[in-house]
Amino acid sequence: MTGDHSVVLIPVIFFTAALLVPLCRRGSRRWPYWVALVSSLLGVAASGEALWRTLSTGEAIHYHLAGWRPPMGIELIADPLSAFFCLLITVVTVFVLWHGRSLVESETPGKAVPFYSCVMLLLGGLSGILLTGDLFNLYVFLEISSIAGYALVAIGDKRAPVASFRYLILGTIGASLYLLGVGFLFMTVGSLNMGDIASVLQTRAMSPVEISALLLIVLGIGVKMALFPLHGWLVDAYTHASSTATSLIAPIGTKVAAYVLIRALFYLFDTDLVREGIPVMNALAVMGAVGMLWGGVLAMAQTDLKRMLAFSSVGHVGYIALGIGLASPLGFIAAVLHTLNHSVMKAVLFLICGSLRQKLGDNALDSMNNSLRLRMPWTMAAFTLAAISMIGLPPTAGFFSKWYLVLGSLEQGKWHWVIVIVLSSLFSVVYFFRVLERVYLRPQEGAEEEPAPARDESRPSMLAPVLILSASLLLLGLGNVMIVNHLIRPMLPAGF
Amino acid sequence: MVDFIHDNYAYWAIMLLLVIGLYGMLMKKNLIKKLIGMVIFQNSIIILFVTAAYKWGATVPVVDPGRSTDEIANYLNPLPHTLMLTAIVVGVAIVGVGFAIVISIYRNFQTLEEPELLERMK
Amino acid sequence: MPENWIAHAPFLAVLVSLAATPLILLASRRPNLREFWTLLAAAVKFGLVLSLLPAVRAGGTVEQTLLTLAPGISLGFRVDAFGLYFALIASGLWILTSFYSIGYMRGNSEEKQTRYFASFAVSLSATIGIAFAGNLLTFILFYELLTLATYPLVIHKENREAIRAGRQYLAFALSAGLLLVVGSAWIYAQTGSLEFEAGGMLSGGDHPAGMMRVVFMMFLAGVGVKSGIMPLHSWLPAAMVAPTPVSALLHAVAVVKSGVFGVIRMVGFVFGPEAMGAYGLNLVLAVFAGVTVILASLIAFQQTNLKKRLAYSTVAHLSYVALGAALLTQAGFTGAILHISAHATMKITLFFCAGAIYVHTHKSEIGELDGIGRSMPWTMGAFIIGSLGLAGLPPINGFLSKWFLLQGSLDAGLLAAMGVFLLSGLLNAAYFFPIIMRAFFRPSPAGEKPFGEASPFMVVPLCLTAFLSVALFLFPNLFVNLYDLAGLAVSGITGGEGTP
Repeated sequence: MTGDHSVVLIPVIFFTAALLVPLCRRGSRRWPYWVALVSSLLGVAASGEALWRTLSTGEAIHYHLAGWRPPMGIELIADPLSAFFCLLITVVTVFVLWHGRSLVESETPGKAVPFYSCVMLLLGGLSGILLTGDLFNLYVFLEISSIAGYALVAIGDKRAPVASFRYLILGTIGASLYLLGVGFLFMTVGSLNMGDIASVLQTRAMSPVEISALLLIVLGIGVKMALFPLHGWLVDAYTHASSTATSLIAPIGTKVAAYVLIRALFYLFDTDLVREGIPVMNALAVMGAVGMLWGGVLAMAQTDLKRMLAFSSVGHVGYIALGIGLASPLGFIAAVLHTLNHSVMKAVLFLICGSLRQKLGDNALDSMNNSLRLRMPWTMAAFTLAAISMIGLPPTAGFFSKWYLVLGSLEQGKWHWVIVIVLSSLFSVVYFFRVLERVYLRPQEGAEEEPAPARDESRPSMLAPVLILSASLLLLGLGNVMIVNHLIRPMLPAGF
Repeated sequence: MVDFIHDNYAYWAIMLLLVIGLYGMLMKKNLIKKLIGMVIFQNSIIILFVTAAYKWGATVPVVDPGRSTDEIANYLNPLPHTLMLTAIVVGVAIVGVGFAIVISIYRNFQTLEEPELLERMK
Repeated sequence: MPENWIAHAPFLAVLVSLAATPLILLASRRPNLREFWTLLAAAVKFGLVLSLLPAVRAGGTVEQTLLTLAPGISLGFRVDAFGLYFALIASGLWILTSFYSIGYMRGNSEEKQTRYFASFAVSLSATIGIAFAGNLLTFILFYELLTLATYPLVIHKENREAIRAGRQYLAFALSAGLLLVVGSAWIYAQTGSLEFEAGGMLSGGDHPAGMMRVVFMMFLAGVGVKSGIMPLHSWLPAAMVAPTPVSALLHAVAVVKSGVFGVIRMVGFVFGPEAMGAYGLNLVLAVFAGVTVILASLIAFQQTNLKKRLAYSTVAHLSYVALGAALLTQAGFTGAILHISAHATMKITLFFCAGAIYVHTHKSEIGELDGIGRSMPWTMGAFIIGSLGLAGLPPINGFLSKWFLLQGSLDAGLLAAMGVFLLSGLLNAAYFFPIIMRAFFRPSPAGEKPFGEASPFMVVPLCLTAFLSVALFLFPNLFVNLYDLAGLAVSGITGGEGTP
């Protein structure tokens, strides 16, 4: 049984680190950073080990907290889906922390200790959401991660607290709706353990109370996931939070909510019924599709790079929702693959936002011109690659999740989704090439007199993570079949 | 119909609280009032759990020699109540964070009225 | 070992210019080294493509699978006669264009030469990838790569006009790429395979007519952008602001030729002549192509800028190929395929001439060309050969392809197509002869001294391409058996005997 402890270790590592960070502020000024980084690395190791073990044995790892067996006690479960998400968020965190070493100090001076403490709390909450097998426990972790998220957003520019307050109000509504749904389920089924509930729900027809529970859960998680039209909090929060906080929350925050949605719709409730009995899947797909278009249109209208990327996030959450809404193996693959791809792409893009902010002072598109390509050629190359992937050109990663999504829609003869995918790709062409054109082609004001700007690349500790992540976009693209066959197919719920 | 309303009066009250809370969060202009709405909203859900778990004539789940342990109706299910203890703690934490954020908003903009706030943020 | 060598040649041929790109970029401050890398890559690439010739001429194909790109679809190359034919033209002309570029870029002291040579190399990689692609997804992959790699070339001048052209190009080409992706996804959902098949992967199956029509329109729009079929042609004349070697590359070597290559791949290998005819798709293609031929020729008349006139002439001639393919007859396909190489050699000659004139005399308007033939006899001589060929006169390879095209339209019983070819031949003659007239029979402007020929870096390549145009008429199988390859390709598509 000792080997199974790796599962519980993941949240424990992060919660311990969240406490350790404020304690070790008396040591060197660097200590909080190193504690956070080392804990994330440990988290990567633990989730990697869990993922490897669950894949190689083909069985989920169950860990009973304090030895209480479910359904009485709370259990942690690492199956391929949850272990994979754990690995994803910890890896992204490592890269973001690596990049943010000097950025956190320079952007939010004097707030490094609470910052890293909140990061660890966030990670602990998110990994708890991913691993828990208990619905109420999930709510608690959801709120822990949300509280950390509110605080992280609030450590930003002058307007950040306002954005954070709106996030707090909407986030609390979402979490409370989720809790309400869990309450309804508990009233009729009498259990909070996911496996237990699933075994009951999948053997009999759902009562109206359970259907409303399902809707409440979808609605509540939809807020956290920033699913259109529940995305109101996301844009301001991403725009006004500090660069490092955004690059951390944007790639992993909404993805974990997407995980909860996948978990609830495919594993908790009777998939066939959810697919055919009530139109929740269709509703999800419609919300996703509208979000794709809405996010794209508004992204085109932005004048701030970070805000543009935030709207593009709304659009890409739509892709994931559409994949889930197709409720087919191809849709599932598309959703999970896009979660992975989009995390990496958005991490690259927001990290570059941070690098640019350090050099330019802001992220306004107006302050970008072709001096950037000379000053920061490597960063801009990484940006270009990530943009191409966001647009979805082969052989980058972004193409393949769209490919599966298109195949999934065609398989069900759902033409309208294909058109939406094409349109939203076109929108992303427009808004990314708007930026690229500035970076590569727009001359500086009064460029004739000034000498060509000297090479002014961001420091290696900021450049390296950006380059590694963007290069991995090509690898993820070319290796997508391997990822799908060895990683995502084992996740498919039994119904498929 | 009357019976239905009468038998479930607790739920109607909870629903009312829920709506009041939601109204406060979304419609009130003052940030503190929004937070008050949020607390009402959260508490209505907590009361729902507690109400749902309550049984007439039952007692706490401690073995009582005067009551048969075979009869489920004699004892309450303690789980929802304990869960709600946790939920209350979570709620308090969120309110705390909310107030902290409100304070920092006030420091930055010297107002808590949303219209003025939007005006000053421009 | 030789067999192993051949098996890896397709990928190596694609890779070699891609691998040269970093070297070119690194040598940006040392032009001689940079040009050395370009030429070396060009030579190696041509050699690699050539090494595939024996195997393909024997009627075989060389296949190579690199990795699985998506379930059921690999990143794979399959070198057949048609692909090799195109690769030979593209890589062969790359060598000449590289020489010419050196002369042009230095003679004109253009800026951003490194970017030009690097994009050029990537474009060539993409072109060879398109030529050798074994399935639709690989094809699309390189097609998109080509779009991105040529974007820096289209906007080379970086002025307002160029940027607008670039925007238009990207908007068209990327939308087209998306349509191709969706069309392929549909085909994959329907048939479970995306492998190219001579005679058509959709032939013989019983597919819903609505699907066939919609997918066909998607593909037509998809390949139509790069092959300049109206109304998707407008980026091509707009991109004329770029320096001449770029135009030569865009028009003759890589980009638009990849477009028409795609048209024939679509007609012959995706849909297949049988299905095209059965669903009436060839008529759609024929109407679009025919209208483009006539309209573009008429527009070419109005142009007073030499390069613009050439650009519209390109638009017209690309549609020759599409129209030839739409005839669905053996002679039609032969003509279409031969016209790819014929137009390539002739049009590259004309662009080289226009570039040489511009660098040497800074003249770009047709009205300024009075008497230039006496100063630059070699250049204008080559120009005569190129324009006569485009008008379809012997003894230039343009005659050969046009002959087959005419025969094909007779075979197909499409007299309208025949009329289009004949009329456009007349129009060609009508818009090229005034230039020749001016160059040789009008006196030079008063006070202008004879200025002699341009740098040999430019004159030698253009004479070579002119020479090639003639030589390929007299000996169609000269050097690299282009004629045999075309025959093999056609017999594969139509299942017939080979060249008529």
